[in-house]
Amino acid sequence: MDTKKRTPFFRIPAVQTLIASLLCILLGLIVGYIALLLINPTGAWGAITSIVKNFWNYPNLNQQLRYLGNTLVKTAPLLMCSLSVLFAYKVGLFNIGAAGQYVAGAGAALYCALSLHLPWYVCMIAAAVAGALLGCISGLLKAYRNVNEVISCIMLNWIGLYTVNSILSSVKDPTSPYTLGLANTNPGAIMPSLGINKLFTNNRYTTLAIPLAILIAVLVWLVLSKTRLGYELKATGMNKNAAKYAGMREKYNIILTMGIAGALAGLGAAMFYLSGYEQWSVTQSSVPAMGFNGIAAAFLGGLHPIGTIFSSFFIQQITDGGGYVDMTMYSSDISDFISSLIIYLCGFVLFFRQFMNSRLNRRDELKLKGGDR
Amino acid sequence: MLLLIQYMLIFASVLLLVALGGCFAEHSGVINIGLEGIMVAGALGGALMMKYLPADSSAAAVVCLSILAAMLCGIIYSLLLAVSAINFKADQTLVGTAMNLLAVAAATVFVKAINTAENPNNVSATIQYVNAKKAFLVNIGGFEFNWFMLLAVILLICANVLLYRTKFGLRLMACGEHPQAADSVGINVYKMRYAGVMLSGLLGGIGGLVYITAGVSEWKFENGVAGFGFLALAVMIFGQWKPTRIALAALLFGLFRSLSNVYTGFPFLANLNLPSNVYNMLPYIISLIVLALTSKRSAAPKAEGIPYDKGSR
Repeated sequence: MDTKKRTPFFRIPAVQTLIASLLCILLGLIVGYIALLLINPTGAWGAITSIVKNFWNYPNLNQQLRYLGNTLVKTAPLLMCSLSVLFAYKVGLFNIGAAGQYVAGAGAALYCALSLHLPWYVCMIAAAVAGALLGCISGLLKAYRNVNEVISCIMLNWIGLYTVNSILSSVKDPTSPYTLGLANTNPGAIMPSLGINKLFTNNRYTTLAIPLAILIAVLVWLVLSKTRLGYELKATGMNKNAAKYAGMREKYNIILTMGIAGALAGLGAAMFYLSGYEQWSVTQSSVPAMGFNGIAAAFLGGLHPIGTIFSSFFIQQITDGGGYVDMTMYSSDISDFISSLIIYLCGFVLFFRQFMNSRLNRRDELKLKGGDR
Repeated sequence: MLLLIQYMLIFASVLLLVALGGCFAEHSGVINIGLEGIMVAGALGGALMMKYLPADSSAAAVVCLSILAAMLCGIIYSLLLAVSAINFKADQTLVGTAMNLLAVAAATVFVKAINTAENPNNVSATIQYVNAKKAFLVNIGGFEFNWFMLLAVILLICANVLLYRTKFGLRLMACGEHPQAADSVGINVYKMRYAGVMLSGLLGGIGGLVYITAGVSEWKFENGVAGFGFLALAVMIFGQWKPTRIALAALLFGLFRSLSNVYTGFPFLANLNLPSNVYNMLPYIISLIVLALTSKRSAAPKAEGIPYDKGSR
């Protein structure tokens, strides 16, 4: 027998998190399937498989790659939003305002691109700044006025939405509620592709944004786990008073966290709208779902930046996959239903891990007793 | 002017009911971020009841049955929060957020399925209840009195009595302030918290029904309730977790919310030529300011948001 003390496989936190996340997905899909069965039993299995398959619904490889590209175009901003939620959560703040910061970023990026005709990198910076500003407001209110960040974020989501609608009305297409197309108005504002589009059968929306988002995920991981800043921020999240006692500026840390989280979400919006994939509708009366799906991706990814890369892709995969269900029987909203179920189930992850550990402890105890005999 | 008061009172009723719901949950020690979702669930229950009641049923029956359906749906939906937050010690903010998203998605899927089953070309997420809605309204000289306004006042009085004048209410508040102390004198904290959350489900459900009948047009389920659940939480904080103060706060917020519906009727407001988006934003901006001014010395229940663990010290 080896003398080295090794952690048993099922006790490794990463393994437990992975099992918990897979269970959440499985349960979410099963409940979604039951809902489909209740609505119309004949097509339920086909519908649930087409949601999970998404781009694999196409028969030939070139089409599959092209539609995989489309999904990835939307995965990049989702990943940014989930990083935003994750970053704040590590510091003990629940950033439900990622949705509003995303809206602010979209507004800033599109205004700079369409009205001021600035190049793409300036638009991206503007988006990050706009998102950060909105985040900082919540941070300031939390740090100095003790306002619950969840409520202030929700209020700011709506304020942001109506403000952006007003601002972008000046650059909207006269015949439709959408903003002008980037390709015609200011091609310099479209993010460069760097040949990435060749990988996806010349899908012109696949740009630098995809590798950039992954890079930022790695960066967030490094900052949180390897730097002094990350350590201080996490310490503030664990116990504000202890952090203060240890000489950390706890108010500044809270504001900084919300600022960074806002910048991440704002950048995400720039990555999406500067790809030219979609235009902003100035008449929309609800906040885009991207920020809320970010919450799902962050928790499903076990609150680890690398985990969120995969969970973001999965959430986007089923969100897009919702478009392939048989519309005569079901609505595409079924995928929103499944992803919100997954968020709900993520609430049980902590309990699940405790349960697993207590089971393992009991087993070890029994083993020890057996050894004594 | 009459129109303004009418809208103000009906929006204030919504906010009052939902905020009272939040108040009960928080006094028992559970933060109910999921009020928005509970409102959607209640609205769905009430709307379906209105849709499926025979067209010739009496006004009183429509009113009572749809309120009952909304209450039931709200309570059942709030159990999602109760089970996860009380028994499984889940993160209450996370679960509440999930409930908000889940309710909108589930209601949309469900309503669209009903609509498509009736007519394959109908993919909208609205429920027709225009005729049944009239049962709630009584016209008094141009002023549309809504039965819900009366209901809100009655429930406000009930809430006040229940919270401060009964054994149950005092025990409930003890569980939110110091659950260990409450447990030591023989109060079952888990049961009390269940009661608190279910009461908030009941009130939130009615609030949702009032919300959808307050608007002029039909209501699309995919839009949810536009942050009203959170406005109600702001009202509750502004009202310092006390029912009577919550009522006053609800009136104030109702006033600002109604401005976006009726500002064109006031010459001096219309002359300002502000875009309608400004009026849409107004309630949210006001609530931010109010929160910034009042949150510092908040009288929040001490143990809210902390799962109760019998074994912990």
